[in-house]
Amino acid sequence: MPSVLRNEDLKEMLESSKESLKLEAMKRIVGLIAKGKSASELFPAVVKNVASKNIELKKLVYVYLVRYAEEQQDLALLSISTFQRALKDPNQFIRASALRVLSSIRVPIIVPIMMLAIKEAAADLSPYVRKTSAHAIQKLYSLDPDQKEQLIEVIEKLLKDKSTLVAGSVVMAFEEVCPDRIDLIHKNYRKLCNLLVDVEEWGQVVIISMLTRYARTQFTSPWMEGAEFDENKAFYDSDSEEKKDQTEAKPYVMDPDHRLLLRNTKPLLQSRNTAVVMAVAQLYWHLAPKHEVSIVTKSLVRLLRSHREVQYIVLQNIATMSIQRKGMFEPFIKSFYVRSTDATHIKTLKLEILTNLANEANISTILREFQTYVKSQDKAFAAATIQAIGRCATNISEVTDTCLNGLVLLLSNRDEAVVAESIVVIKKLLQTQPTQHGDIIKHMAKLFDNVTVPMARASILWLMGEYCEKVPKIAPDVLRKMAKTFTAEEDIVKLQTVNLAAKLYLTNSKQTKLLTQYILNLGKYDQNYDIRDRTRFIRQLIVPNEKSGALSKYARRILLAPKPAPVLESAFKDRDRYQLGTLSHSLNLKATGYQELPDWPAVAPDQSVRNVEIVEPQRIKADLFWVSNVHCPCVCTESGSESEEESSEDSEKTSSDSGKSSSGSEKSSSESESDQKKKKKTKKAQQKKNKPAADRYAEIPAVCHTGFGSFLPKLEFITIMISFFYDFFFFCQHCLFPQNDSKNPTFRTSGISLFHMSFQVTTSSFGPLKTYELLHHMTGKGLSAKYHFPRQPCLYQPSMVAVQVILTNSSDHALEEIHIGDQSPASLNIHCFNTIERLEPGASVTVSMGIDFSDSTQAANFQLCTKEDQFSVSIQPAVGELLMPSTMTEQDFCKEQGKLQGMNETSATITMATANASRQAINKQVLSVANVGEVPSSQNNFSRFGGRTVSSRALVLLSLELSESSGALLTINTEKSVMASMLLRDLKQALAQA
Amino acid sequence: MNHSQGFLKDIQISCLVVGWLLSNTASIILSFRVWGGQSMTDSAPSWFFYSAEMIHSLFLINHLGDIFLEKHWKSVISRSVCDYFFEAREKAVDPENVPPVLQTPHHYLISIYRGKLFFLSVIQTEVPPLFVIEFLHRVADTFQDYFGECSESVISDNLVIVYELLEEMLDNGFPLATESNVLKEMIRPPNILRSVVNTLTGGSNVGETLPQGQLSNIPWRRAGVKYANNEAYFDVTEEIDAIVDKSGTTVSAEIQGVIEACVKLSGMPDLTMSFMNPRLLDDVSFHPCVRFRRWESERVLSFIPPDGNFTLMTYHISSQNLVAIPVYVKQSINFFEAGSCGRLDITIGPKQTMGKTVEDLKVTIHMPKAVLNANLTATQGNYTYDCTTKMLVWDIGKLNPQKLPNLRGSLSMQTGVPNPEENPSLNIDLKIQQLAISGLKVSRLDMYGEKYKPFKGVKYVTKAGKFQVRT
Repeated sequence: MPSVLRNEDLKEMLESSKESLKLEAMKRIVGLIAKGKSASELFPAVVKNVASKNIELKKLVYVYLVRYAEEQQDLALLSISTFQRALKDPNQFIRASALRVLSSIRVPIIVPIMMLAIKEAAADLSPYVRKTSAHAIQKLYSLDPDQKEQLIEVIEKLLKDKSTLVAGSVVMAFEEVCPDRIDLIHKNYRKLCNLLVDVEEWGQVVIISMLTRYARTQFTSPWMEGAEFDENKAFYDSDSEEKKDQTEAKPYVMDPDHRLLLRNTKPLLQSRNTAVVMAVAQLYWHLAPKHEVSIVTKSLVRLLRSHREVQYIVLQNIATMSIQRKGMFEPFIKSFYVRSTDATHIKTLKLEILTNLANEANISTILREFQTYVKSQDKAFAAATIQAIGRCATNISEVTDTCLNGLVLLLSNRDEAVVAESIVVIKKLLQTQPTQHGDIIKHMAKLFDNVTVPMARASILWLMGEYCEKVPKIAPDVLRKMAKTFTAEEDIVKLQTVNLAAKLYLTNSKQTKLLTQYILNLGKYDQNYDIRDRTRFIRQLIVPNEKSGALSKYARRILLAPKPAPVLESAFKDRDRYQLGTLSHSLNLKATGYQELPDWPAVAPDQSVRNVEIVEPQRIKADLFWVSNVHCPCVCTESGSESEEESSEDSEKTSSDSGKSSSGSEKSSSESESDQKKKKKTKKAQQKKNKPAADRYAEIPAVCHTGFGSFLPKLEFITIMISFFYDFFFFCQHCLFPQNDSKNPTFRTSGISLFHMSFQVTTSSFGPLKTYELLHHMTGKGLSAKYHFPRQPCLYQPSMVAVQVILTNSSDHALEEIHIGDQSPASLNIHCFNTIERLEPGASVTVSMGIDFSDSTQAANFQLCTKEDQFSVSIQPAVGELLMPSTMTEQDFCKEQGKLQGMNETSATITMATANASRQAINKQVLSVANVGEVPSSQNNFSRFGGRTVSSRALVLLSLELSESSGALLTINTEKSVMASMLLRDLKQALAQA
Repeated sequence: MNHSQGFLKDIQISCLVVGWLLSNTASIILSFRVWGGQSMTDSAPSWFFYSAEMIHSLFLINHLGDIFLEKHWKSVISRSVCDYFFEAREKAVDPENVPPVLQTPHHYLISIYRGKLFFLSVIQTEVPPLFVIEFLHRVADTFQDYFGECSESVISDNLVIVYELLEEMLDNGFPLATESNVLKEMIRPPNILRSVVNTLTGGSNVGETLPQGQLSNIPWRRAGVKYANNEAYFDVTEEIDAIVDKSGTTVSAEIQGVIEACVKLSGMPDLTMSFMNPRLLDDVSFHPCVRFRRWESERVLSFIPPDGNFTLMTYHISSQNLVAIPVYVKQSINFFEAGSCGRLDITIGPKQTMGKTVEDLKVTIHMPKAVLNANLTATQGNYTYDCTTKMLVWDIGKLNPQKLPNLRGSLSMQTGVPNPEENPSLNIDLKIQQLAISGLKVSRLDMYGEKYKPFKGVKYVTKAGKFQVRT
């Protein structure tokens, strides 16, 4: 046989010593596999080359192995040792690909080996290898489900991973192996939410769908019961999330974690990946308060411009959504207009949506569109349009008559399909208001001879029977005609003929008795047993004889009972039982493995399960440069201990030390983006050679930097920083005790205390924002400006105070080229906002600036210019805004306070308003005045706050000692004594106020 | 079926009556219902039987219905599964009309149609269909990127590279590496010189190391990029989708814009692009490299670009906005009952062109079946009529406002066939260079992070997208 012969020659090539021949042979073999031809007899010859040095050859062998290992299990085992060796390779790429292939070989006997490999890879330093191990988990699970328990352990471990690379894959494994173990997610929930934007697109889809389910089990429903919701109103102001949060004075309060999920998924609506956009859309649909759902509309409409297949799925989902929420898509109705070039199923879906969106206001436009569609050359589509017109007619009573007249006109159409469909639809419409339409019924009776489509004929017959009293002369004649052609008709027409006969017999037996008998006799011997059945039944019911008992008395009532008009419903009416965006939704049937979305719990489960034990806000010193200096895991022990010494030395120094070796974290939490970038680069340069050990950390600063790190609100940012240090500990442990890392809790705690770091954590510096006026619109010729201090680290330079300016155009013309002009004093360092090219009337825009006040309350004067005018304005900061919070322990606070005695101390006794007696009230007042951080205090009558001046980073320590009465002793320790006295004055005033 | 509701009522009534007469039958029906109800709850989904595997196998099928490539990421699925697809393909007549999602007794089939090829994936369990569709399109895009086109011949010629690509793009049915920059480092695209060298030396197309991008947080960019000439070009392309009705009023019009970039810059450049009028853009989607928060707060695009060609962003200006329509069409198409002929008269003129020239003007009409031939004269350009596809194409070229192009003449019709109900609609193609019809303008492009001075360029072009004139 020729194929065997050819394979012989391939075998020869594989056994030759020439690499190029082997490669050529493998390429041809892969060609065979791709074409679906068998190449299994070459297995022994191929498997020998698994250890080849040539990477391409090796890869092709892998392809072959994965394809045929199942068939040749014994021979496949020969290759296993090669993979085991490769799993220990120093090159992460080789480790990962070895694991990939090993786990793809579906040979049950190697399950233990795979298990071991997965466990090792899950603890690998390279996130890429860890990602591969997450994929391997699924493969092993499908090979041997008994391994579930052990695999769950690995999943649990990998879920803790902070790498964005791993997150998507491990959630995928979780979904496959143990989707019921919701408890594994709790602790990782917030982390997953925060990492989401930086995860690769495919992982995002998986994580979003998992979190949708999670949220449905953990949070209470945001859809208030009974509260009828004004769709339109909310549609217009749903953009402002803040507004919503404030107005929630109702009993329902959204769990902050629920809000976190909604907030963090929102930017993904801008993804280029249609699956991600759809995933977010379904998340909002299933989780968001009703009035927020509409923010997904625009993005979904955008997807309609994508490929045909994408359109199909998106339109299906919009169809389901538009039934429940017309208002969401109504403004975009024109986007659903049909083009003659659309594929038929796209046209039908658009039609469905247009029908769903029809209401009194837009029906005339929609009907005009429909008129065009009815004439379409695509007859299936024209027929669907007629049905749609019928639906509009029943749903909107104003247009019923118009639609009916239109449909009657269509009865004279040349195309039979159109006529038939019109008849069917008219039949349904007539049922809704039968009284006035005798004429139409007559008209249809006339048409009867020309109509051949069975469904249409049956419809006319039914109408005749049902309204036979309105057309007493015509109906018997139609029956007569039917009697002639009965045997040649379709089943459905025959059934209706029998029906018509029965009804006429009851109402007009004089004329039709014989006809009915004749038809019943024909039906009795029909081929179809349904018709025989029906005939027999009807005969018993209507023809009186001795045996027919009580029933025939009621025959009239049974057959001529008034029938409720059919409700013309959307085909998508019941699709909402499936989660949007799923395969099941698309097919409208439950696909294998479809998980129903759980209903909201009545009472939310414990929220605290999601709290992550935060490393005590203690001071940890982490030297990033040290990380990058580590050469490889084997020398870690050594360098690890070095660093211990180093860092314990460092811990003696005060945290104001701003030298290069002081904590990288402090910098990165406050530094501007550009600085971070620089640092990352220097780090990168150092890393290049030491990749294996360092690459696990390379991504951490990157998290802050790419994506949107620098713009994250402070808290999120810090979460990331904390997670980074978590990782760092694991790393150290790993280095020091590579064998039994996770089993050494004592080391772990001691490890933490060994490191010394001082990073700024802000817990509660969000006071109410005070807004100040910068420029009144009267003086600004229509331009008004307000500013406030957002109390966030300034993006531009660490020594600057961030200021946000809200510019509003209250004039009646657009303002152009709004920018900052001359500044005074000249030494003042201001980071201006980018020139605003154009501000429309009534519009406003928020811009951020950075101003270095050099720790003085001297006002920053500058000119706010438009194209035509210049306005001098000034920003005078309150002294409290020149600070930034610093978190420290009570001991540190006392220690530092001890160093700032004498002339560095300012104190005063103040009288407090009674309302400020509680600790919370005090905190609130202090934080509203000054941007400082609270220091945990063990004494009840002491409140302590720590901060630094933004520009020179001098410590500012505030302590407030409450005495018996309403008096208190306020002490401020800082080098900046001028600031201290000003701060004292401000605080005194604030605390005295109620 | 909605149609049969009226009859159903009748049948239901008869059923009940029968049930009343024959109480035995009724109890059978009843017990059947109970059993049916139970089985429903039994098969209700539980967390436990869920398996989240994604794409199981991929088949590439040409327009003749031959499977010319198959790839399985798990156990092998017989290609007979495709028969269900062929059945649907047969039924749909036009390949465009094949439903993208199909169900077979044991599998689900999700397919896309690109470049006369079907990419058919076999799925075994619940998965978001868009996930698969998006991935399949990404595969097609990658082939396009690697081989310059996505056709059967080119895929068959590069079967090994295709196989290697598929191997890297999906692991166990889950996407692994889909970024073109990453893939190109692992598997080099073919070029003539290298393939000659490779055959001589036995060298390979496969990269030796893991791309750095895969590990960093900038997976889209290659590391160590070096160019002698550093340049960054951006093409702003806008397509007008419009429906214009018989009387010339715009029924709906929207703009679909895209900024394609070709960036060849060394090192790790950090670019910032700002617009003269960013307010125009209210619905955008970005390449993952764009920092979204920066856009939110300052309306500038800040990004570290991938190396080479990529789509930076797309935007959509919806039909709620006022969209300029560059040309108007005066047309009359009539079919006469007597003499089985028709008349056609089309004139095109400039409407809102912002002072630019309209080029590559083309009108395509899909004639009704009854039209046998066309006998027309064009004052400008050429026309062709294909009797089999019934496509009339009038290629006009540049639009001269002084002398408007006109196409007129008669259509010969099949005799004995009723006249077409509807006049065919006209599809317009056009191009306007150096204009973004929405008025969008890039004001500046700044580069940070690198020392050299790059060459920068922005080009604008407006095209007709789905531009349809109803008649």
